[in-house]
Formats: sequence, structure tokens, C-alpha cells
Amino acid sequence: MSQSAAKPVPVPDEISAPFFDGARAGHLMLQHCTACGKWSFPVRERCPHCLGAKLGWRAASGRGTLYTFAIMHQVMNPGFAAEVPYNVSQIDLAEGVRMVANVIGIANDQLRIGMELQAVFEDVGMGVSIPKFRPVAA
Amino acid sequence: MANSSKGAIVGLGVTPMGKIYGRRAVDFAAEAIALALEDAGLQKSDIDGLLINANLPNDMTPGAQMILGFENLTLVNVMTAYGSTGGSMMQYACMAIREGLAKTIVLVYADAPLTPSRGAGQSYSGPHRFPLGGMTGLKAAYGDFGANLGYAMAAQRHMHLYGTTEGHLGIVAVGQRKWAQMSPWAQMKAPMTMADHHNSRWIAEPLRLLDCCLVSNGAVAIIVTSADRARDLRQPPVHVLGYAQSAPGDNLDTSRHPAVETGAARSGETAFRMAGITRADIGSCQLYDCYTYTVLVTLEDYGFCAKGEGGPFVADGKLGPGGALPTNTGGGQLSGYYMWAFTPMSEAIVQARGQGGARQVPNRDFTLVSGNGGILNFHSTMIFSPHEGGG
Ligand SMILES: [Zn+2]
Repeated sequence: MSQSAAKPVPVPDEISAPFFDGARAGHLMLQHCTACGKWSFPVRERCPHCLGAKLGWRAASGRGTLYTFAIMHQVMNPGFAAEVPYNVSQIDLAEGVRMVANVIGIANDQLRIGMELQAVFEDVGMGVSIPKFRPVAA
Repeated sequence: MANSSKGAIVGLGVTPMGKIYGRRAVDFAAEAIALALEDAGLQKSDIDGLLINANLPNDMTPGAQMILGFENLTLVNVMTAYGSTGGSMMQYACMAIREGLAKTIVLVYADAPLTPSRGAGQSYSGPHRFPLGGMTGLKAAYGDFGANLGYAMAAQRHMHLYGTTEGHLGIVAVGQRKWAQMSPWAQMKAPMTMADHHNSRWIAEPLRLLDCCLVSNGAVAIIVTSADRARDLRQPPVHVLGYAQSAPGDNLDTSRHPAVETGAARSGETAFRMAGITRADIGSCQLYDCYTYTVLVTLEDYGFCAKGEGGPFVADGKLGPGGALPTNTGGGQLSGYYMWAFTPMSEAIVQARGQGGARQVPNRDFTLVSGNGGILNFHSTMIFSPHEGGG
């Protein structure tokens, strides 16, 4: 087996630590505004709806549907050389945010827009886990 | 009769485009400005405003004024709303001239991402230094790199909702290649068939290589002044009759769908109203075409056909030479050259003047021009005409 480059592993920073801590513990943690009650993603300092700084963290349901996807054939990073073609997908979460992630546990040619998905958590090394999505069995 | 001129384009400079190595962006900018001054019959000292736009070059800063040797300017700025910027620059230039802030303004775009040592596909990806923190790192962990994926996901959504096909995308690419064969500035002139399109390699499904724009080293400069001053200059003036921007927001909220419902709808409506004309008056379209899909969705949002019917609308080849709606008549960014919104703006100037030669469209009264940036997040619209309007 030939040596292959590792895929990039995200390094949690101060603001994103609850997201990554949640993923490590098997929860999809998202920011939720205590002022206006809306959810947001990606992680940021202030609520994009009301610009309030009172963003708390809540466990999201992890349930969503596939909004759209693309199958990447270009190798933009050596860590993905063995991975192409892989999907990059947009998932509409029940909480009203659209996340970009990978859908796993299904062949690319079986992906269907609108399919029901559930967050799962993948250990990507260096003590970091990230959410991915898996089809809900019909 | 259309509404009155908001400003007049009097000079155009387009450098050689493509794999021209060893020059920095600001040098291409200098060449384009020299060409535009010569085209207009103006001296450098006639210029009192400079608006700069660039993708990644680090020499296209306000300091470019000094490199280019402009003196006594009363208006200078680097502007960006990504690929829609050209339209914003034209707006601000016309408004500044009407407000008396400057008399004669140069708008310039320059880029030099191509080098002999790396492929065009890597031109805008930059060196990825890992590890990356937080959300940037998360994107990288999913393999979410570059704009190709974002547009591929948008096209996929459109295909799902409306039945848009590979053939619908292909006819856009094939039509534009035919136009490019008639443009002296175009980079890609080899004949292209539908089979060539369908057999080109995947970049990010559902987009193939021939659905994606080129990468170009080069520059375009455009000189804008008032309709009054334009009358005495060398070239027939091209009047800017309408302009607008629209930025609908990001794609990461489930209530928004900019991927399939772009800012072109609102921006186009405003620009048509400002110009006092309708879609039926348009003789040709010069549309931002970072991807074939962008052309389809922009035509829909400008109202040339119903939402979702962009594919069937273009299927008869009406965008190509001899078609009912000539579009991207210089080959666009797919086959001509990639200079952000300066690609469609430059071709619209040529067509409005009636200087298109073999590719000149029969009806040059009103030309519709668009800019687009981000992943369909920013949109600009302009309407150009040889007619001063008003009265
Ligand atoms: Zn809020």
C-alpha cells in the first residue's frame, strides 16, 4: 500500500470549540440566539439575524434533507487524491440552517435531492470529530 | 424613447489575453489604459478618476495610481463585489461624474494568475497551509475547495427542480465557442461540438471542463465621461442608460435560494425601469458566464423565459450566431477571456458601437450586460446604447 497524504484535520479554535466538543460527544451543536431565538451556521461571534452577541449553544436534532450536492473530481488538496470522486453536499437541517458536509454510507450515484439524512460523527484523527450525514433507512 | 444617458463610455482598451507570462497585473493594466486612451483620443492628463478592480493580484491597490503615473485625481478607489464589481464601478463612475466629483474616469481590471508551472485549475486555489482552524478547517475537512463546487451544487439543484440537462448546458458552451471564433481577442477558437462538451472531463459533477470559464492573464480598461463631453471624442459614445445591483444574501439559510433564484431578477427589473425600455428592446445579451449554468439562470431571472425554463429556452441555439437572442458574442468567459465583469462590458461596448465586424449583431440599440460574484450572491446589471435617450 502506497503512502498517501493525510486529509486536513480542522483545529478547533476558541469560538468553534463547542461545535467540535459536541461532535466528539456525538451531538450536532449549533449556535442559537437567546435574543431572537434563531439558529445559525457557520459558527460566528454574533447572530446574523439580529446582530446580538448573546449566542448560546444547543444540540440540534441532526435531522435534515439533502438540498443539493456535487461530485468533486478535481484534486485541490493531496489529502483527497485517493478520495475523488467524492460528494460535497448541502443539507437543510430541521432548525432552518443549511450545512455543507459530506454524505456517507451511500454511493454517489444513489444520492437524491430531498432524501432524509441524519448526522453521524466521524473521528478524523488528532482527537477531532466532525459531523457527516447518513441516509435514514426507509 | 429611452430615458436619458447616465454617462458615456468613450474609450476601451483590451490587452492580449491568456498565457502571457512574466508580467504582473499592474503592467497589463498600464497597457490596457494606454490602449483605452488612444481609442478615446484622450491624454493621460485628461483623466481625473481611477477605479481599480482585481481578483487576487497584490499590485492592484490604490498605489497603482503612482505606478501608472496618474496625477491630480479627484476620485480613486479599489472596489470589489467579486465578479459583479464592474457594474458597481460603472454605477459609481456615472454618479460621480453627474455629481461633479470627476470628469473623466478610468475603470480598470487586471489579473495575472497563470504561471507556466501550474495548471489553470489551480490558479485561484492558493497554497493551502494546514492545519486550518475552526470553520475554515471544517470546510477543508469536507474537501470543499473553490468555486467550482458551489456552482456545481447550484446547477444540480436547478436540474433537480426543472429538469435542466447536460445538453442545455452544452448548447451554451457550443454557441459561445462559435462566437469566439469571430473575436480577435478570444483565447479559445478551436471548433467545439456537443460531443466535445459531453466528453470533456468532469470538474465537479454536473459541471464538465467545458462548462467552466477560462483563466486569463490580461487587462481591460474603460473610460467613462459625461454625454456632453463624449460628443467631441474619437469614438461613437456608448451611453449607460440603466444600472442596478442586487445581493440576495448567502445560501446557508433554508429560507433563501440564491443558487436558483439570483439577484438578476431584482437588479434587472430596476435597470430596465431606469433605462425606460423592456426586454423586448434588447438586441444582444452580454452575460456573466463563469459557468454555462450562470447564463441559463441569469436569462430566467431577467425574465426572457419563465423560472426553470432556461434550458428549453436556449435549446434551439438562439444564443449563438444567427440566433434570435445573440448572447456573449465575443465568446464570453467560457471561450473568450476571464476578466470578471469586464468581459461582458467590453464586448457590449464593441457591439453598441457597431464595431463587431463578422460578429456584429443586427440590432445594437440596447445591449444587456451582467456581472455576478460569489456563488451567485452578488449581481449587477447595465444597459448600454448608442442612443443618448431622453427628450
Ligand atoms: Zn438573533
